[in-house]
Amino acid sequence: MSNHHHPVASQAEQEAQFRADLKTGVGKGLKHESADKHVTGEAIYIDDRPEFPNQLHVVARLSDRAHARITHIDITPCYNFPGVAIAITAQDVPGELDIGPLVAGDPLLADGVVQYVGQPVIAVAANSMDIARQAAQAAIIEYEDLDPVLDVVEALEKQHFVLDPHQHKRGDAVGALAQAPNRLQGELHIGGQEHFYLETQISSVMPTEDGGMIVYTSSQHPTEIQKLVASVLGVPMHRVTTDMRRMGGGFGGKETQAAGPACLCAVIAHLTKRPTKMRLARVDDMLMTGKRHPFYARYDVGFDDQGVLQGVKIDLAGNCGYSADLSGSIVDRAMFHADNAYYLGDALITGYRCKTNLASNTAYRGFGGPQGMMAIEEIMDCIARYLGKDPLDVRKANYYGQTERNVTHYHQTVEHNILEHITSELERTADYAQRRKDIVEFNRQSPVLKKGLALTPVKFGISFTASFLNQAGALLHVYTDGSIHLNHGGTEMGQGLNTKVAQIVAEVLQVELDQIQISATRTDKVPNTSPTAASSGADLNGKAAQNAAQTIKDRLINFASEHFKVQPDEVIFHNGHIKVGAHYLSFPELASLAYYHQISLSATGYYRTPKIYYDREKAAGHPFYYFAYGAACCETIVDTLTGEYKMLRTDILHDVGASLNPAIDIGQIEGGFVQGMGWLTTEELVWNEQGKLMTNSPASYKIPAVSDMPLDFRVHLVESRQNPEDTVFHSKAVGEPPFMLGIAAWCAIKDAVASVGDYRIQPRIDAPATPERVLRGIQQLRADIVSSTHVSTEQGQ
Amino acid sequence: MLQFILNQNIHTEETLDPNTTVLNYLRQHCGKTGTKEGCASGDCGACTVVVGELVGDDIRYRTLNSCLTFVPALHGKQLITVEDLKHDGALHPVQQAMADCHGSQCGFCTPGFVMSLFALDKNHPEHDHAATLEALSGNLCRCTGYRPILAAAQQALNTPHTDHFDAAHAHTLRMLRDIHPTGPTELSANGHRCFIPQTTAQLAELYQQHPEARLLAGGTDLALEVTQFHRALPTLIHVGQISEMKTLTVLEDRLEVGAAVALTDLYATLSQHFPDFGELLHRFASLQIRNQGTLGGNIGNASPIGDSPPLLIALDAKLQLRCGTQQRTIALEDFFLDYRKTVLTAGEFIEKIIIPTSENVEFRAYKVSKRIDDDISAVCAAFAVRLEAGIVAQIRIAFGGMAATPKRALNAEQALLGQPWHVTTIEQGCLALAQDFTPLSDFRASKEYRLLVAQNLMRKWHLELNAPLTTTRVTDYV
Repeated sequence: MSNHHHPVASQAEQEAQFRADLKTGVGKGLKHESADKHVTGEAIYIDDRPEFPNQLHVVARLSDRAHARITHIDITPCYNFPGVAIAITAQDVPGELDIGPLVAGDPLLADGVVQYVGQPVIAVAANSMDIARQAAQAAIIEYEDLDPVLDVVEALEKQHFVLDPHQHKRGDAVGALAQAPNRLQGELHIGGQEHFYLETQISSVMPTEDGGMIVYTSSQHPTEIQKLVASVLGVPMHRVTTDMRRMGGGFGGKETQAAGPACLCAVIAHLTKRPTKMRLARVDDMLMTGKRHPFYARYDVGFDDQGVLQGVKIDLAGNCGYSADLSGSIVDRAMFHADNAYYLGDALITGYRCKTNLASNTAYRGFGGPQGMMAIEEIMDCIARYLGKDPLDVRKANYYGQTERNVTHYHQTVEHNILEHITSELERTADYAQRRKDIVEFNRQSPVLKKGLALTPVKFGISFTASFLNQAGALLHVYTDGSIHLNHGGTEMGQGLNTKVAQIVAEVLQVELDQIQISATRTDKVPNTSPTAASSGADLNGKAAQNAAQTIKDRLINFASEHFKVQPDEVIFHNGHIKVGAHYLSFPELASLAYYHQISLSATGYYRTPKIYYDREKAAGHPFYYFAYGAACCETIVDTLTGEYKMLRTDILHDVGASLNPAIDIGQIEGGFVQGMGWLTTEELVWNEQGKLMTNSPASYKIPAVSDMPLDFRVHLVESRQNPEDTVFHSKAVGEPPFMLGIAAWCAIKDAVASVGDYRIQPRIDAPATPERVLRGIQQLRADIVSSTHVSTEQGQ
Repeated sequence: MLQFILNQNIHTEETLDPNTTVLNYLRQHCGKTGTKEGCASGDCGACTVVVGELVGDDIRYRTLNSCLTFVPALHGKQLITVEDLKHDGALHPVQQAMADCHGSQCGFCTPGFVMSLFALDKNHPEHDHAATLEALSGNLCRCTGYRPILAAAQQALNTPHTDHFDAAHAHTLRMLRDIHPTGPTELSANGHRCFIPQTTAQLAELYQQHPEARLLAGGTDLALEVTQFHRALPTLIHVGQISEMKTLTVLEDRLEVGAAVALTDLYATLSQHFPDFGELLHRFASLQIRNQGTLGGNIGNASPIGDSPPLLIALDAKLQLRCGTQQRTIALEDFFLDYRKTVLTAGEFIEKIIIPTSENVEFRAYKVSKRIDDDISAVCAAFAVRLEAGIVAQIRIAFGGMAATPKRALNAEQALLGQPWHVTTIEQGCLALAQDFTPLSDFRASKEYRLLVAQNLMRKWHLELNAPLTTTRVTDYV
């Protein structure tokens, strides 16, 4: 506790430092707090933790049927393998079997019936993963098959839903459609997406003396893990502590889907009194866990001769898989983003939550928003082809206005909209007009390869649409040497949240980042946390930490003002030093002094987002605190003989308000774009006729590799744009919005194909636009040209 | 007995299960957890390590997927992992560059990228964009979108430096010489054994004694049986120490490729004779896989979607097979009998691949896959044609992905042979292709797409030969 070994700087030195600026506060492009540990392999993920003595490894046996009644389970053969400690079925779960996050429907182990290929039926724990796997395979499980529903359109037609439909309505869409000068109808299938976090789902559980558990989990939602572990064990939440240091990627896939392994471990740890770990093999992870919802969209739009929408009717059918999970909110968000950046006119948006016998689809970066936007972006292209216009002109003609045409179909006014500025700036820096001309010329001369260009906007609503989730907490300790320990309710999955939150605390207390230690997110430090999701991590937890830091700062100011007999406004924190009247102290000196004068140096912080509400009955409200904006311009080249393509150039201009950390924000934008592009290009989920996912490993499921990155990739932040709302240091959320910039890649591919039909026919290319779908689109377009020529010839006769 | 260097220390293993992957050895036996498991199938690169090998008077550093490499492959080599790079508390230049350039986000793929960059740094003293893309083609990152990682490569390679591996070079070289295997050995435990012969004769004899054994060359396909299908491989014969089978000989009219030559070592020679073969090799799995995988292995596992057989069949390659002391030579196209079935008899193995190098033949090859890098072909096509006065005088066409085996398109060849090199002839060939193949639908491609693409590739081939200045390949944009 003594500071006597620190040489005390002179007042002159302290004054000089006080006058200098902090190197590591808010707005600096600092590297990720774990960067050095990442590159050396010193960063510890759960599987890297030293194993507990006597630890068990858990492997689940998965259903190989899409829908069947379980007629018989015999686990006795599992015990023939030396080293097997226990094999469990649904009947062995001591507490609640269901681990559905909001509504029931997700049994921890199948209970009497299996509902998808990959559903865990039994779990076996043994001394090693290998033995546990062999033993699990030895169990005898007999089924009586039931009819599965595997197709989203079939589910829609049969009204086979996990939750009821919901509608957004403004004006008289049907009437507007009937009166519109032009009208188009169509449909679109939008593929799902495997998260492919590099670290598969994992949990490691240690039983404690009170019948509780310490749960190490790779989860975006530690509180939910705590709650569900307590629930499956039948113990109060206070017996369970969740510890989450870092994830090897999350992207939404570890919001609800981390609970299964954690709860299985906990049940087995409870039954055996032994520490237990479950790490999913990649294939098991891909079979067991939910993905981005595939969607089926159909639309009916009316528009004037300039391409301006008059009336819009869109049905969005989310393929939810076998249970509700988060599908309610996900399809809601798809509906909230059915407008993307456009004023729809009279609109009727209907969201359906279709039940199919697939793994329960779940949160994934954008949370339904991307799927919602796909339909309207397809519509923009279709209108442009129909009218013979550049798709960008149609998009701009439909942008929300500043003072009119600025209310969404859910009756929230779009404020502080900067998309016109972003678009014109990006058109200029990307040289859109000239390149459009060059590309048309290139395509005229190139028989096989065709180039495409597209510029698409993103307007993304920030806030959890389940309004109560918009809250966060933090816990801050200042020790007597001036070092700071910080915890908050958010989780670090690579997005740099800990770095940003530490920068915020550094800024408030005016200390350098290396003074601040953030340790694992733990439910016994900050309780009742929301998931780190909805791009909200820094907005919510940053504010909570800011509030905690401000509380301590206020205490220190009050203390110093009383102690040194100065006015509170004469106590000024700057760059690790505090000026008190005419006197300077270092932060450690003040912390130590405050301690000796019995001032508490520990504080919690709390934040809840203001202004937001949504009336579900009326389908109206203000569900988003603000919107994040961005735009991307993509150029691609397509091989019209094979459907293969390559991204030649991408320019992005994106709005993050006043950036907390421009380096991290640019990383989120680049990574989000490439992930979004992957979703719409090479990442194809294929199930066989029995409902088994065939693309269940990276050998068959292709996320972007290094050569898929655009050859020329230019990403810029919108400069000098503070978030007008009172967000943390007027920053904006950045996790999800850039994902949807990837839509520009898909539109660019279609643009290249459209050149084959002189830009007058929109090719039908569902997502993902694999080379096969692109080639099919080309074939279909060529057939359309032939038939239209045929028709016009007939008319000519 | 197995001997190799790990972090400047010689490790000797006498009783280790030869089915143990290097990844599991590191994480479970050595407690070195810096190397990560992302997929255990050699597709993500999170487990990338570097192996140093004595080549002449120097050490050659190459990446490999530790998840697919069994420990016997380390015999006589130096294993370098991410933990070894930081020295005296300072980050290695490639690590420093990754941190400086924001090349890590979640960090889980990062050790693998660092090792790929480390090998790149060792093999390319100056920054080269194409070499960087090749070095990183087998490392998946889900967070960054790769741009900052490419920036890190640029920073690291553009900054002159030496590292502690350079400083220890002479010492490492001495150790590698000390442990250089001189005679056959074996490793066994848990009822699993792996023989490590030094000569083809030893291999031939061992394989006759143990016809049930599985030949372990690169192991990039074989190891999947352990890591993905959880089957044991009780008897292995590792061919990686047999220098005769790792030799590539250039003769006047042919290339003779030892069956155990790594795909990486083929690149220079093959691309010189057949530029398209070289280009396709660049897209053959990933660099990690090509560093391990062999031409003999790619043929021997008889996959219908292996990328080298269609090219080799079009080039009329021959195989020299050996069983005991008996040798025979057969045409590659006769080697494949059915799905994963070959003419090999018990104890017989591929000794070398013989590729004719006729000057008069125009050779073209095409690979079509969902993703350009590190993906398996939906369709792979190869055409070798000799034109005389505008007439097709000689023709060989072969496809992968179109049948249960890599196969010649005999009907299409017939439609072309003796005909004028003209678009109508090609259209006849396209029609005939439908007689040659009845492809299957799977998650990679539908049968309709496969056939259409096969036909379109013929059209493209024709266009390319006729109008060499027309760009026809998206892969030309780099």
